[in-house]
Amino acid sequence: MGAGHAHRLYVPGDSPVHRLPPQCKIVAVLAFVLLVVATPREGIWAFGLYAVLLAVVAATARVPFLTVARRIVIEVPFVAFAFLMPFVANGEKIGVLGLRLSESGLWGAWNILAKGTLGVVASILLAATTEPRLLLLGIERLRMPQLITQIATFMLRYGDVVTAELGRMKVARASRGFEARDVRATRVLAKSIGALFLRSYERGERVHLAMVSRGYDGRMPVTHDVGASAVQWTAAAALPLAAALVTLAAWMVP
Amino acid sequence: MTAQAPPSLEVTGLAYAYPDGTQALYGVDLTVGRGERVALLGPNGAGKTTLVLHLNGILHGGLGGVRVGGLPVDPKDKKALREIRRRVGIVFQDPDDQLFMPTVREDVGFGPANLGLRGPELDRRVRDALTRVGMLDVADRPPQHLSFGQRRRVAVATVLAMEPEILVLDEPSSNLDPASRRELAEILLGLDVTVLMVTHDLPYAAELCPRSVILSGGVIAADRPTRDLLTDADLLAEHRLELPFGFDPAAAVR
Repeated sequence: MGAGHAHRLYVPGDSPVHRLPPQCKIVAVLAFVLLVVATPREGIWAFGLYAVLLAVVAATARVPFLTVARRIVIEVPFVAFAFLMPFVANGEKIGVLGLRLSESGLWGAWNILAKGTLGVVASILLAATTEPRLLLLGIERLRMPQLITQIATFMLRYGDVVTAELGRMKVARASRGFEARDVRATRVLAKSIGALFLRSYERGERVHLAMVSRGYDGRMPVTHDVGASAVQWTAAAALPLAAALVTLAAWMVP
Repeated sequence: MTAQAPPSLEVTGLAYAYPDGTQALYGVDLTVGRGERVALLGPNGAGKTTLVLHLNGILHGGLGGVRVGGLPVDPKDKKALREIRRRVGIVFQDPDDQLFMPTVREDVGFGPANLGLRGPELDRRVRDALTRVGMLDVADRPPQHLSFGQRRRVAVATVLAMEPEILVLDEPSSNLDPASRRELAEILLGLDVTVLMVTHDLPYAAELCPRSVILSGGVIAADRPTRDLLTDADLLAEHRLELPFGFDPAAAVR
């Protein structure tokens, strides 16, 4: 469990994409996703071009296509829902399941599927080329309130600790003959979760104490300077700029 | 640093009751000279932790006073308090509470960075502190990937990096395997710094600290050379302290 947990999404490398400052990559991905979303769904070719752009980024970053393909699985539950929804909604509305209606439903599903997949792939590439730690620094550079980035940093640090604690509680339960057989088990599990919450809360207090003892006064000292140069911003802008051209074309060419 | 070096720690008439009315300290007097290594012994609930939290001003509001290297602990004086927290390096019992940053390097740098150090000076502090505990090679790893003994040593480094006047260790030997225990002892013996070690581990006290004090019932009940104190069976029994089976303090030479 523990080892490598925090870095599971990160694919170590030293490509130009890896080396870009995190805030540039975050902005680029965000802009790209917004552009994709703003594209009319009828422009199928535009989505194809977006996919090509992402493929170029993946190739530059030397992130294996197979890795990306495997990680796309995460969107399956959302997409399945998207596929279902138009049918269900239309069926209820009209009462008959006509060909015309399901066609618009299919358009809707395509819309969500294409935009969702592109967004997911862009995020996968961001996560694969940026260490979680740097990602947070990037977000902080983008003026995200420090309180939020601090919370995220602690989640990164203590995720494993809390998971390990949960694991130990599970072993302790099982060692005394507990098996989750039916609904009655819920009570025991709920109590375990409650206990875990209390333990984490108390740990939070102890961590805070340790921080205050070393001079913490509400602000994390900024020791990493992840400043970005104009060249780096320009390099990162390549993706959204290319995407912007595609979006523009998709709106102009019907 | 002052010219004629006042004692590292002076506690005079310290009394404290928790907000709920529980009286924890009833007038503690303790002086620790510069360069001394003192063990603070006492049964559970004797007020050891309460005393420790007074040393850097986290708890306050009772009677009496604490001076660290001549500087009084005054919770209202923010600037002096910062200096106090630099001078008093507390190593807490659970290294997972102490090590909260994503990497060892950042964690060790947290204290000095709060003191306003940046750049090469900060790097030097971090490198020095990690070298002193023999942990320089794990600088870029996340704390959760280290063994327990390694984490304890890094925890010591996090306060050494602040170049403290006095190192306060809360149960430093707890949960360590014999080898890690010995390694930590060697490290602590090699440090040129005043040490106050809170512990139940009497052989460890005998090994590391020439002088011991017993805190019991909220007062200092005994203050003697460790060997004297540990050979006084009646005194130990009176304060619920026990030597482990087979350990003879008279035979333990140091």
